[in-house]
Amino acid sequence: MTEQWSAGEAGPFLAILAMAAVTYVCRILGVVLMSRVPLTPRVRRGLAALPGSIIVATVLPLALRSGLPAALALVCAGLVMLWRRNELLALAVGLGVVTLARALGSMITAP
Amino acid sequence: MTKTTETQLALTRAGLVEGMRLILPFVPGVVIFASAFGAAAVQKGLTLGQALFMSGAVYAGAAQLVSLELWTRHWTLASLLAITAVAATVNARMVLMGAALQPWLKGTPTPLNAVNLFFFTDANWITATRYQMKGGTDLGVMLGGGLFLWVVWVAATLPGYLLGSLMRDPKVVGFDLVMPIVFTAMAIPLWKGRRDSIAWGVAGVVALTVSQLFSGYAFIVAGALAGALAGAFIDD
Repeated sequence: MTEQWSAGEAGPFLAILAMAAVTYVCRILGVVLMSRVPLTPRVRRGLAALPGSIIVATVLPLALRSGLPAALALVCAGLVMLWRRNELLALAVGLGVVTLARALGSMITAP
Repeated sequence: MTKTTETQLALTRAGLVEGMRLILPFVPGVVIFASAFGAAAVQKGLTLGQALFMSGAVYAGAAQLVSLELWTRHWTLASLLAITAVAATVNARMVLMGAALQPWLKGTPTPLNAVNLFFFTDANWITATRYQMKGGTDLGVMLGGGLFLWVVWVAATLPGYLLGSLMRDPKVVGFDLVMPIVFTAMAIPLWKGRRDSIAWGVAGVVALTVSQLFSGYAFIVAGALAGALAGAFIDD
């Protein structure tokens, strides 16, 4: 039956609305759920470890998937941040490293 | 999250401005990402109005780009459910991000927080996280950053849509890596010692393993949950 039903002209509008609604649910769900969980020291420690864990879990697989120049750029950006604590400098160095590494890589692999 | 504010957060103009200032390193990446979305939207047959409406209402880069892969001319219930499911899986990480910030947001009146959370995205989540770790108590820092990036995000969808082919290959000069680089740099000051080392290590290993075994974005949630669990069970 679902194959026959068509949203017609309203289709794109409904699709965007559905995406917006489910995205908003993702935005509020963590806050709503945690307001019902008592903040024991253990829960507190878990939440404290969460931000860094989210970032490592997001960036690490992506870095390895994107190849050596990308991984190199992320490591250099991290080191610059450790050294100078300046996000824009870290971004500039990271972009410089990946551009250079990709250019070198394509020179080496070029026929 | 060394301490929790039990009192209500302030909301000041100075806080809003500070939030916008802290978010500035993300602006180049957001402009590029939004332009790339605009360009991809043309190719998938969205009207300009639909592309702008999606950027304004969804305001989630990865989910918007991935959803275009499922974009169709004939919407059935099945295709509507599919695109909703994709948006949910790509954005599931935000459930965990929100959970991590909940102790900080606790005293905020619900209507204000409902508005604030509409503008909640990766960038202002990390700036707010760092701000509250330093003991900050102004909600404006989160809201200001989110509002500012929302304007940039929606506005930058337009040139991408109109110029289309300009952003065909974001890999030139590493533009595809702008967001991961800023995200990584901003994570460095979050490190607070041995427990973080272990927890983040667990998160990395689990995320890598899951990303090898399953397609999609499950690795983010799996890795992050594993890291949080590890952190919870490491005593001081």
